[in-house]
Amino acid sequence: MKVKIILFGQLTDITGSDTVFIADVHDTEGLVHEINKLYPLMNGAKYIIAVDKKIISTNTGINESSNVALLPPFSGG
Amino acid sequence: MKSDHTSYERYVRQTTLKEFGEAGQEKLLQAKILVIGAGGLGCASLQYLVAAGVGTIGIIDDDVVALHNLHRQVLYSVNDIGLSKAVRAASILGLLNPDIIIESFDERLTVANTLTLFSNYDIIIDGTDNFASRYMINDACVLLNKPLVYGAVSKFEGQVAIFNCVMGSREAAVNYRDLFPQPPAADEVANCAEAGVLGVLPGIIGTMQANEAIKLVTGIGHPLINRLLTYNSLNNQVFELELTAHEETRGLVPADAKAFMQTDYDWLCGMVSDRYEIDSQTFDKLRNAGNLLIADVREYDELPAVTEFQHIHIPLGRIENDFPDTENDTIVVFCQSGKRSLQAAKLLTGKFGNTKTIFSLAGGILQWRKDQSL
Repeated sequence: MKVKIILFGQLTDITGSDTVFIADVHDTEGLVHEINKLYPLMNGAKYIIAVDKKIISTNTGINESSNVALLPPFSGG
Repeated sequence: MKSDHTSYERYVRQTTLKEFGEAGQEKLLQAKILVIGAGGLGCASLQYLVAAGVGTIGIIDDDVVALHNLHRQVLYSVNDIGLSKAVRAASILGLLNPDIIIESFDERLTVANTLTLFSNYDIIIDGTDNFASRYMINDACVLLNKPLVYGAVSKFEGQVAIFNCVMGSREAAVNYRDLFPQPPAADEVANCAEAGVLGVLPGIIGTMQANEAIKLVTGIGHPLINRLLTYNSLNNQVFELELTAHEETRGLVPADAKAFMQTDYDWLCGMVSDRYEIDSQTFDKLRNAGNLLIADVREYDELPAVTEFQHIHIPLGRIENDFPDTENDTIVVFCQSGKRSLQAAKLLTGKFGNTKTIFSLAGGILQWRKDQSL
């Protein structure tokens, strides 16, 4: 099972793409762990996680039909 | 302001819209909107708000126009370089629509003036370029119960949302802290100066902010209340996020006006450290004492050019590679408003360790100039 992750802003500099697919994860904690392993710079990055267009603050189950997005804060003007 | 026949002719293409009509125009003419920052976002939103006939528009910005602003801050021309953005924007926009009131404030928004200024307006538009201002503006809007039209850009993407606003008796008002409760550290997220931005993007996002403000005032359509829209200018993808208020984030906003005015937002955003910052007076004393290397860390074309004292010029991005070894024991770095120089001071401390005493001029060269004229 692969979950599609959409990334925004400067996070795309870390992953090199605005979309990545992460295999064998079933919740957001597992996802963060896996992403940090694949892209070590994500460790220090600040972002929020949205599942199905809602911001989550606790560990949330995900599957391949989930819409998962990682959004960093923007400050430019 | 009382609308008359002439002003309605100016607005006839929008009053013809049946959803908008003369009633919508009347609401706009009665509205008071404050735009914070007359930069990339502000230039775009201001032009459309002024053209649409918002009755009173305030513009606050303490910066001056620079050559590297012109690719996105399209209100200005080369003749404006070195002049106050707030003053020039008000003057240029006054020619576009002399029938409305435009108030300009050539000063920095601080905890001391924010609440008084905001209380004179119905809607606040955030067109700033740093987290310290964004959190300060958000908290002030929560305290005063003012709708905030938020906009921000990062590289090729932009965000728009309306915070602190409810329509009808729906869910509780969301504010920026429900999205990002605490500010990031200064070096966690790059700004436009470091990351770059294509000029069109703040134009699009600023225009969307104006559109949301007009919808909010006139009550048409579905404003982005409690929703965050992210637009990607490279692939034209739009991503919308539903936002909900969290009880615990309310506790992060200062409890009242007094607590707000005592909050150091620059410090919260990691932009200030007492260890590095000195004021104009201390800077002048150090200059008189000698044994001092002064460095301008702005880009090469930034104005005002400094001729009052000897200094070297190394832009922030080149500090690590190009900053020379010096026999002086003390180094003072300065920039326009004191933010980049603070980062430079931290970089230089990393480079020289404890062998030098390193300071950043608080408030930058703009504040120093103001202090000289007192």
